[in-house]
Amino acid sequence: MQKYSVFSLIKNAFKGHKDWEVAWKDPTPKSEYDVIIIGGGGHGLATAYYLAKEHNITKVAIIEKGWIGGGNVGRNTTIIRSNYMHDENGLFSEFGMDLWRSMSQDLNFNVMFSPRGIINLAHSDAQMNVYSRRGNSMRLNGIDAVLLNREEVRKIIPMADFSENVRFPIFGGLMQPSAGTARHDAVAWGYARQADSMGVDIIQNCEVTGFDVSNGKILGIRTSKGDIKAKKIGLCVAGSTNILAEKLNMTLPIETHLLQACVSEPIKPILDNVVTFGAGHFYCSQSDKGEMVMGGDLDGYNSYAQRGNLPTLQHVLTEGIAMFPFLSKLKMLRTWGGIMDMSMDGSPIIDKTHINGLYLNCGWCYGGFKATPASGWTFAHTIAQDRPHELNAGYSLNRFNTGHLIDEKGLGTKTWIS
Amino acid sequence: MLHIKCPHCGLRSQNEFSYGGDATVKRPELNKEISDQDWDNFVYLRKSPRGKHLELWQHISGCRQWIKVERDTLTHEIFKTLKANEEV
Repeated sequence: MQKYSVFSLIKNAFKGHKDWEVAWKDPTPKSEYDVIIIGGGGHGLATAYYLAKEHNITKVAIIEKGWIGGGNVGRNTTIIRSNYMHDENGLFSEFGMDLWRSMSQDLNFNVMFSPRGIINLAHSDAQMNVYSRRGNSMRLNGIDAVLLNREEVRKIIPMADFSENVRFPIFGGLMQPSAGTARHDAVAWGYARQADSMGVDIIQNCEVTGFDVSNGKILGIRTSKGDIKAKKIGLCVAGSTNILAEKLNMTLPIETHLLQACVSEPIKPILDNVVTFGAGHFYCSQSDKGEMVMGGDLDGYNSYAQRGNLPTLQHVLTEGIAMFPFLSKLKMLRTWGGIMDMSMDGSPIIDKTHINGLYLNCGWCYGGFKATPASGWTFAHTIAQDRPHELNAGYSLNRFNTGHLIDEKGLGTKTWIS
Repeated sequence: MLHIKCPHCGLRSQNEFSYGGDATVKRPELNKEISDQDWDNFVYLRKSPRGKHLELWQHISGCRQWIKVERDTLTHEIFKTLKANEEV
């Protein structure tokens, strides 16, 4: 594989950029693989990469219905954080933060990881107490957390609404300085390029139409490009998990919902951090191009539509303007929607299933992008060793049956309430 | 914006309603022996189909009644609305 560096850039510049190698190949599927990963998004590509890198399993195919990186890894708001209270979520995400910090070097691909810090705003004394508890829990797990008072928040984001007569005055906030953003497409492309170079077949425009299961064991898949046998199969298709589960006669603790995001027209740099509104559900950062990147609530009812509905967007942006009044002056550049696996406790599932050789990676709710490296790493371990790693042991499929829920937000099973 | 025909009030905008989820799940009968699996099915497991979905909505800013709506989760077409105690 051609190494990307300033020298290769200069060398190719003199040749008119005509000699760059393809970043990944376009192979026809073989008849059999050791492992098939269904879903060529961030998590699927990362899983294939870590299977090859950490476990030396390279007879691997990624089967993608559309094109790689065309799903939620290309539709998110690029936020990376580990500011969770529960041990399972905190330790898993903080392991991921370490992978994020070294990702550009590891993949030889600039993913533009920018640890600019995230601030969750608090709008009451009670909320300050909750944040102080969460911050302490984070610090016990080795995650950085700083509780800010009103004046400290004002120093960082003076453009927020600090006037006296507002409905939700800013009391302070909880900051994770090491959180940040990354270039989402680069993450997919970086993993794809490395996986391809280690022998993984990336098969695009290939839809899975069925599964070959016999005596409780998975034997292979049926696709639009023919049948493919495999010893092990991993599902990484957040948003479409219920559709594939139906083909396997499985019913999962997941509902499929639509989440919208949007960007404003580009403006000069004003916001250095990621900021979330504490009296509703709104988050905001500024991209390198200058666009304000914004998101918030689900549309609020089961949906596979991949396009949003105006009442939710209006509601979310009303919260945004309550937090940053200057947003009302901006024009909207783009809005889009993606479909989410909303699990029944708000936490993901990375586990084996009752079918021998079939593994499940799903239920990422709003938070799949930041989990990409840790999800791929732990899912690769689960598939290779046929047992979960301790980092994803809590994300079991049967926790709903046994009552070991990881309900970070305390929302229960009403996934559309946020 | 969805337009939902409330069986009590007629055609109204979506933002008068609040969502109540899958209308096909059945609570296990009271005072009967119930397995963990029965509870699991009722509380957590959902088909979440792509296509026709029978779901509950409450006309919260109108008559406040719960209703059933049969809606396509891909196209948002609404096929039928019913009172909460009616079957499809």
